[in-house]
Amino acid sequence: MSIRHRIRVTGTLIACAAAAAVVAASCGRSPSSQAAGGTADAAQRVYVPPGQYDEFYAFVSGGFSGNMPVYALPSGRLLRDIPVFSQYPEKAWGYSEQTKPMLMTSYGFIPWDDAHHPELSQTDGVPDGRWVFVNANNTPRIARISLKTFDTEEIIEIPNSAGNHSSPFVTQNTEYTVAGTRFSVPIPQQDVSISEYREKFAGMLSFIKVDSATGRMAIAFQILMPGFDYDLSHSGKGPSHGWSFFTSYNSEQAHTLLEKNASQHDKDFIAAINWKQAEQCVAGGKASTTPARYYHNVMGENQIATSEVLTSTKVLTPATCPDMVYYLPTPKSPHGVDVDPSGQFIAAGGKLASLIPVHSFAKMMKAIQNKAFEGEVSGIPVLKYDEIISCEVKDPGLGPLHTEFDDKGNGYTSMFLSSEVVKWRVSDCAVLDRIPTYYSLGHIMIPGGDSRKPWGKYLLAMNKITKDRYLPTGPELNQAAQLIDISGDKMKLLLDFPTIGEPHYAQGIPASLIKDNQVRTYDLAANGDPFGSKSEKDANVVRKGNRVDISMTAIRSHFMPDNIEGIQVGDSVYFHVTNLEQDWDVPHGFAVTGARNSELLVMPGQTRTIVWVPERVGVFPFYCTDFCSALHQEMQGYIRVSPKGGAPAIAFNAPK
Amino acid sequence: MNRTSRILVAVAALSLGALFVAPMWRVDLKAPQYPEGLGLRIWINQIQGATPNGLNSINGLNHYIGMKAIEPDQIAELRFMPYVVAGLMVSGLLVAVLGRRSLLYAYLGAFFAIALAGLYDFWRWEYDYGHNLDPTAAIRIQGMSYQPPLIGGKQLLNFHATSWPDVGGWAAVIAVGLVVVAAVLEWRAGRSASRSLPAAAARGLAGGMLV
Repeated sequence: MSIRHRIRVTGTLIACAAAAAVVAASCGRSPSSQAAGGTADAAQRVYVPPGQYDEFYAFVSGGFSGNMPVYALPSGRLLRDIPVFSQYPEKAWGYSEQTKPMLMTSYGFIPWDDAHHPELSQTDGVPDGRWVFVNANNTPRIARISLKTFDTEEIIEIPNSAGNHSSPFVTQNTEYTVAGTRFSVPIPQQDVSISEYREKFAGMLSFIKVDSATGRMAIAFQILMPGFDYDLSHSGKGPSHGWSFFTSYNSEQAHTLLEKNASQHDKDFIAAINWKQAEQCVAGGKASTTPARYYHNVMGENQIATSEVLTSTKVLTPATCPDMVYYLPTPKSPHGVDVDPSGQFIAAGGKLASLIPVHSFAKMMKAIQNKAFEGEVSGIPVLKYDEIISCEVKDPGLGPLHTEFDDKGNGYTSMFLSSEVVKWRVSDCAVLDRIPTYYSLGHIMIPGGDSRKPWGKYLLAMNKITKDRYLPTGPELNQAAQLIDISGDKMKLLLDFPTIGEPHYAQGIPASLIKDNQVRTYDLAANGDPFGSKSEKDANVVRKGNRVDISMTAIRSHFMPDNIEGIQVGDSVYFHVTNLEQDWDVPHGFAVTGARNSELLVMPGQTRTIVWVPERVGVFPFYCTDFCSALHQEMQGYIRVSPKGGAPAIAFNAPK
Repeated sequence: MNRTSRILVAVAALSLGALFVAPMWRVDLKAPQYPEGLGLRIWINQIQGATPNGLNSINGLNHYIGMKAIEPDQIAELRFMPYVVAGLMVSGLLVAVLGRRSLLYAYLGAFFAIALAGLYDFWRWEYDYGHNLDPTAAIRIQGMSYQPPLIGGKQLLNFHATSWPDVGGWAAVIAVGLVVVAAVLEWRAGRSASRSLPAAAARGLAGGMLV
């Protein structure tokens, strides 16, 4: 009622448009959820006129979709869904011969995963727009995505780990991306009783070196830790550069019904890792080379992925490398651990805590120097809480999970249970403002909000529960995100839009750092695929036993060859389709009847290969699946399949 | 020839050097789905797309209407035009050095003849591409031809085509203009001399004209 009233009062056209949407959406809902914002100027703030660009890219994890959607802010437009860990038939990701190796692991070919935390590469603690990393939680891996092509270029498996959750947060200059095991397991894996958890299970934190020129990843060293659950991480910056912080819960070391059994201690720990010290220990030969089997998959310059199997890692322990690990006692079952832009303060989201503890890095260093320890856990010194705490945010709300920062000295913490964002001042922990979200807020994102340079204009709230926010779609609903204006003293709700998969975190960056670096086509002259074609003269069909390789070209609006005979039932027919176009945004698709894997979508200058095993005699059409041109519907062909042993000689039409 | 006209001819000859470092002509094609632009840049020795792979894209589009592919390797003019331009430069400098009025007039005539021949050749080339169409092309429109304009703009199906000199071409236009000025000066100087006016006055007149 108050909103309807306000419309009549303000009476401007834009206010009506903005508020009318709110009224329409809130029609028939409980009055409590009508509070859903929509200030008079919200529509103007998020309106990006046709043909104009948004200010920010937002890389939002797909969670159980295994992939990474990219949105534009402030409009909330979906720009792309980047295939990462999950097969994606639309683009033949994980189906084409060139991309299948990307999803190989020591467990074999894995067609899916649970993608959690995007993390942009940084230079001097500031997102640089080169790459975005994302972790696979289920089968532990980290992927690196190029922000020139928006394609996944590399996936490395993390051995001796289980549930790669506290990952892939980078150090200040992307020296490392990190991984920490959420589930402790026997390391190395062995057949033991689960009840021997305390004795036999351990955690592992991994530091993966990132080549500064190419982005190529390699596991530099791993640190064997007590058998807790390592949940989230962030690295230090500025004064705290050289340290990484990992939250842990289940310091109770429960192995069943963790809901209760891992919620007994008032405080768990943040593990502070001095990775520069670890580097010295590795250089000094303190690490033991431990057998491990893991995959490293790289998409080559020639657009063909290859896998390498690696067989060992270097493992450090706190005992062999003193001064490398300290525990910061932190209430209670902490989730996020977030370092403010100055690098001086470390906030923890203690899910079950009634306050947000903010540790001081300077105090931590002093406590280490003074050996202000309250004890040890498995040989790791535990610092005295009172000696390291800067301040506590009192009564912030319920279920603090994760904090991001603006550029004005404020922190913003998501509250899962009370469904709100709470804004507080880092210097004295004073609560300044709060705003509800809809509903059960998980993570939040401010562009650059975990870096040294937040662009503190917008905050994206990514919620776990949607319920009545949008038109209902049966039992299953997309997740809900809200865009919040944080440019003023008071937070304002601007926009509400559904997100695909389940976002667990996101990264935002000004579009200007990415948009002008985009690859538009792949250079056909440099096509390095052994079955690629540089012109229609290279089109060919060759039989070798029961394998038939068809080097086929696609250009508006025909395939070459488009009539193929001499195939037998049971042959493995490799369609190697090269897109001869060299024009931006002219992909060609390829689909053949009865394909049991996927179609192809081939970018200009690229070659992609799909294998087809015909099981029936007949003549089968193939066609372009991407509406490429006015004569797209004519872009088709036929392949004749004859009985086994009864096929005519290979025949096809192509210029010679 | 007086000093001024010698300098004018020398400058004209040297300015033709622009043709070696900049395109001579530009053809631009505008359509909504090509916001990044599409076009040709015609040099004296090559034809390039205005954007990377632009020539490839234009050939791809042209095949729908049955136009021949533009293949720079197959265009003879692109092989000998650099020599023609170099010849014009050398002979222009020679005219300036030798300073003979008759040579200047001959040079002007040759320059005009070559320029006109070049334009005619370009028109003929455009005519051939625009009219000599594959009769089996996918898109055939009765009475429609696709000859781009020699100069100016024209709508060709969904594209608006424009054709103008590029930097090198404008340099050539200026070069012709300078030679014309030199020839006019010399012609007037010659006429004045025949009326027995002091040569110095003619030079003064020429200098005044230049200013």
